Amino acid sequence: MLGYIIRRVLAIFPVMLIVAIFVFLLLRLTPGDPAAIIAGDMATPEQLERIREAMGLNQPIHTQFITWMGRLLQGDLGTSLISGTPVLTMMGQRIFPTINIALLTIVIAVAIAVPMGVLAAWRHRTWVDYAVMSFSVLGFSVPVFVIGYLFILVFSINLGWLPVQGYASPVEDGFGTFLYRAILPALTLATIYIALIARMTRASMLEVLGEDYIRTARAKGVKESRVLFRHALRNAAVPILTVIGTGFALLISGVVVTESVFNIPGVGRLTVDAILARDYPVIQAMILLTSATYVMVNLIIDISYTIFDPRIRY
Amino acid sequence: MSNYAPPTSAMGSVLRLFSIPALAKLGIGPLIAAVVLAIIVIATLLSPWLAPFDPLDMNPMNRLKGPSDVHMLGTDPFGRDIYSRVLIGGRVSLMIGIGAAVVSVLIGLFIGLIAGFFRLADTIIMRIMDSLMAIPSILLAIALVALNGPSITSVIMAITIPEIPRVVRLVRSVVLTAREEPYVEAAIALGSSMPKILFQHLMPNTMAPLIVQGTYILASAILTEAILSFLGAGVSTEIPTWGNIMAEGRQYFRIKPELILWPGLMLSLCILAINLLGDTARDMLDPRLKKRGE
Repeated sequence: MLGYIIRRVLAIFPVMLIVAIFVFLLLRLTPGDPAAIIAGDMATPEQLERIREAMGLNQPIHTQFITWMGRLLQGDLGTSLISGTPVLTMMGQRIFPTINIALLTIVIAVAIAVPMGVLAAWRHRTWVDYAVMSFSVLGFSVPVFVIGYLFILVFSINLGWLPVQGYASPVEDGFGTFLYRAILPALTLATIYIALIARMTRASMLEVLGEDYIRTARAKGVKESRVLFRHALRNAAVPILTVIGTGFALLISGVVVTESVFNIPGVGRLTVDAILARDYPVIQAMILLTSATYVMVNLIIDISYTIFDPRIRY
Repeated sequence: MSNYAPPTSAMGSVLRLFSIPALAKLGIGPLIAAVVLAIIVIATLLSPWLAPFDPLDMNPMNRLKGPSDVHMLGTDPFGRDIYSRVLIGGRVSLMIGIGAAVVSVLIGLFIGLIAGFFRLADTIIMRIMDSLMAIPSILLAIALVALNGPSITSVIMAITIPEIPRVVRLVRSVVLTAREEPYVEAAIALGSSMPKILFQHLMPNTMAPLIVQGTYILASAILTEAILSFLGAGVSTEIPTWGNIMAEGRQYFRIKPELILWPGLMLSLCILAINLLGDTARDMLDPRLKKRGE
């Protein structure tokens, strides 16, 4: 198993290298002058020159790549073209709201979706099942920001229960205040995630519930809840974990949208502001960091299989 | 016919599944989805004739009016007719979605055939595809639009590129199995040309799963267009799309939520219908999946 873990960890290096090459080429292979694209139509020749200088666009492409990679490996993701601050510092200031909302989202999503999926599989082909499946299709079809605005309209404007926008830190402002402000954005983000996880839980549970050991467990009089959550769910866990990992990409794009809807000062907002200002180094860094996070999350999940399902031996 | 006859009728058997008796068995759900989708598509296609107003026609005297006899859904902050804008906007949104779905399926099909058939190319292609899949699609699309400008072509391209790896993976897996079939071996032994083996013998196998995947890509492409526009990284704001109308509505959400709700409803209905039809196509084309409980 140690051999498998080492091989699995080593496998992330070529992936991240290709991601880095891709991100590097993205700007350089664009038709036209990259400096002009970043500077916009109103740029003066001096501004263009300054951008070329700052991004090293004057040098031959392989020199640019080596310099860029060298800096990257030292943890230097470049500096913002607008504020001149290192991108990593900017990310550091904005990362906590994003992480907090994302964690809350995953907790809510798993807490709602897994029981939903188990229930749907248990009551297969009844109204419960159809309701869960309908919700699941609906969750995939309504755009994140429409869900967000619907929640705002219902819970904030009409009912007046929750604030429309804004964010509070769980450390400085207290956990209650944090929840009060973060519950709507987290629910918004969780909707598509719930749809995804519930669907996978149901499919995976249906497969397991047909197994002989489930019948055996029921025959020897094990309580039904214990059959479902202990005997069946544990064996159905691997595909569910996988989908939580692959769905992580959905979460990242959802974060970008949700943070703009609810005006949360996280890295998603930072990215949107960067798009509007054509602050390319920030967009580039965001792609690199989220891809790295995605790869790491899936690495952890792959390794955790061996804990959840001891039958998996590599 | 010899035992090694290639399944050239694969497309035929796909079409047979969509015959009237086969469709009648499906029940009411897919029928409603098909009708809803047909109405939306026809209405948006005919929008230049159906829309009572020019979607760009501003009228400052009529700002943010409620629904009336003249303006069915009211007017936006510039006095433009919301109903006309939603109709015309749908046309561009659907066009971008269909464009992105077709292009990504075609490119993915080609790369997937190559990857599935040539072992050497496979390793390199799949490494690149795995890496592309690690990049969150929205961020990749944002970067592409930011670099290539807010034209319709560049938005289609930005949505296409992140979708390609998903098609490649699917096509490759189908080709990997089909490649071992006796009729392919026979074709190679008979000295058939490589393009003939790829496109005539192997490609028909990929059609059924590609139809299913294509519908999901279409749904996700329409959704992505809306998200890109919403974030300010979509087609330029002079062109009304569902995403652009909603993006403009953000500022006025408290006083005029309809600016987001109407295009949002159309968009959601459209994607819901496409997803349901995709599920139906999958169940019909791959009964194995259905037995496993979707």
